[in-house]
Amino acid sequence: MDDFLIRAIIIGLIIALIAGPIGCFVVWRRMAYFGDTMAHTALMGASFGLVLGADPIIGVLFTCFGFAILLFFAQNQRLIANDTLLGILAHGSLAAGIVLVSLIEDIRLDLMGYLFGDILAVDSVDIVTTSLAAMALFAILILIWRNLIAITISETLARAEGLAVNRVRITYMLLIAAVIALSVQVIGMLLITALLIIPAAASRRLSKSPEQMAFFASILGCIAVIAGLSASYQWDLPSGPAIVLSCVILFLTSIPFGQAPRVK
Amino acid sequence: MTAPLPEVLIEAKGICLAKSGKEILKNADITLRRNEIVTLIGPNGAGKSTLLEIAIGLQKADSGAVRTKKDLSVAYVPQKLAVDPIMPLTVKRLMQLTKKVSQKDATEALQKTKADHLLDEMVSDLSGGEMQRVLLARAISQKADLLVLDEPAQGVDYAGQADFYALIEKVRDEEKCGILLISHDIHIVMSATDHVVCLNGHICCAGKPETVSSDPAYKALFGGNIPNNLAIYNHHHDHEHDLDGTIVAPGESKGHEHGPNCNHSH
Repeated sequence: MDDFLIRAIIIGLIIALIAGPIGCFVVWRRMAYFGDTMAHTALMGASFGLVLGADPIIGVLFTCFGFAILLFFAQNQRLIANDTLLGILAHGSLAAGIVLVSLIEDIRLDLMGYLFGDILAVDSVDIVTTSLAAMALFAILILIWRNLIAITISETLARAEGLAVNRVRITYMLLIAAVIALSVQVIGMLLITALLIIPAAASRRLSKSPEQMAFFASILGCIAVIAGLSASYQWDLPSGPAIVLSCVILFLTSIPFGQAPRVK
Repeated sequence: MTAPLPEVLIEAKGICLAKSGKEILKNADITLRRNEIVTLIGPNGAGKSTLLEIAIGLQKADSGAVRTKKDLSVAYVPQKLAVDPIMPLTVKRLMQLTKKVSQKDATEALQKTKADHLLDEMVSDLSGGEMQRVLLARAISQKADLLVLDEPAQGVDYAGQADFYALIEKVRDEEKCGILLISHDIHIVMSATDHVVCLNGHICCAGKPETVSSDPAYKALFGGNIPNNLAIYNHHHDHEHDLDGTIVAPGESKGHEHGPNCNHSH
């Protein structure tokens, strides 16, 4: 097997592992559009990074953090509906990103790579930094896990029993932002939300607890990465879309399995 | 000789709060001791949950004094818990929601509310009555100083409500905690309530409930079968409210206008 393929599989697995539990919260808290908005800001972030002479990924990370904090404080605003606000930010920043890329002519930015991911271009330094970052994210997620589940189930209850609801929520929003920044290079900004929500949705029918669902989401994500990259190698398919299609197939396969949530 | 009063859990006095120019609370008081059941009643928007949040330290008042027991622990029973079926959650896991609780304590608490058979059920499949018992058990298992129940009787018929109130009384006796009930039913309260606080921005009135069984109207309502743990609360206002809620002196309220041919009396 070629080295670049092994590197692609390793980094894909790391991302699938962390995307599983984070993606479950995206599904539980109905934040798919939030994730999408974060991803859409990536191109703008990468351009900023390049203009300022930093690594584009650092630019992506800080732009995502900035937008996450902005959205956290904007959630109680009454000016416009939240999904409208997300739409304005998502498409505004995507447009700004494309304009910026066209303006900085002397620096080549692989537009397609950002839109759809370029997992085969990953080098061993990327693998080390991504693993370290993923471990840090896991550690933070484990720390806030119980409280995050509690505020997801009932914010009123969590608040009354003294949990620091806002602190947990902003931490989680920053976690999503970080996972997205980490995954943009691998799967692409247009498809990253899929890797967050589809394995999570597929694992619902296999699980009887939130912890199980998070675990199965990681496993299914890993299976999708291996299947997608194999297909990509075999038939020369674009790798990001192949991974997402594998996720969709896993989701469809999960439907007959396990117990459907009983409908009252 | 009288026994010393139990420990004060919450004492809030003269609480005032206004938000964006609108007065929400004005000079509201509430005191709650261990082993006591206090019912906070008032119409929707009367400021009940705001007063609660101030009393347990979640919100700051504009003025007034709040004193609570040091490290007061609160367990909360929400009005309802709408768990989306996309969240796989068994009753067993729900018991661990905000704190780690030992399996033994969780099972014991569920037995107390007669809900231990639901341990492996999915929370999204529970009926209203089952949910209420499970949520109460979850709160009991926290062994908190104060149990807060928000609209606990909502959506349950009078018989179910009476059962639930009997359970709450038992909890108070066994767990030795303070219990605060919040309700918008301003006429019927739990008879074991030691103190009723009626809130409508300000404290309208406060006092003890009277038993249902002594009131002929409720005898009629319940037939021969009066649940003896419900009570009527007779409001003793020293003022009246106009239709818009403005406080006026007794006898001056324009509660409603009489038509020309109206001959009903008050």
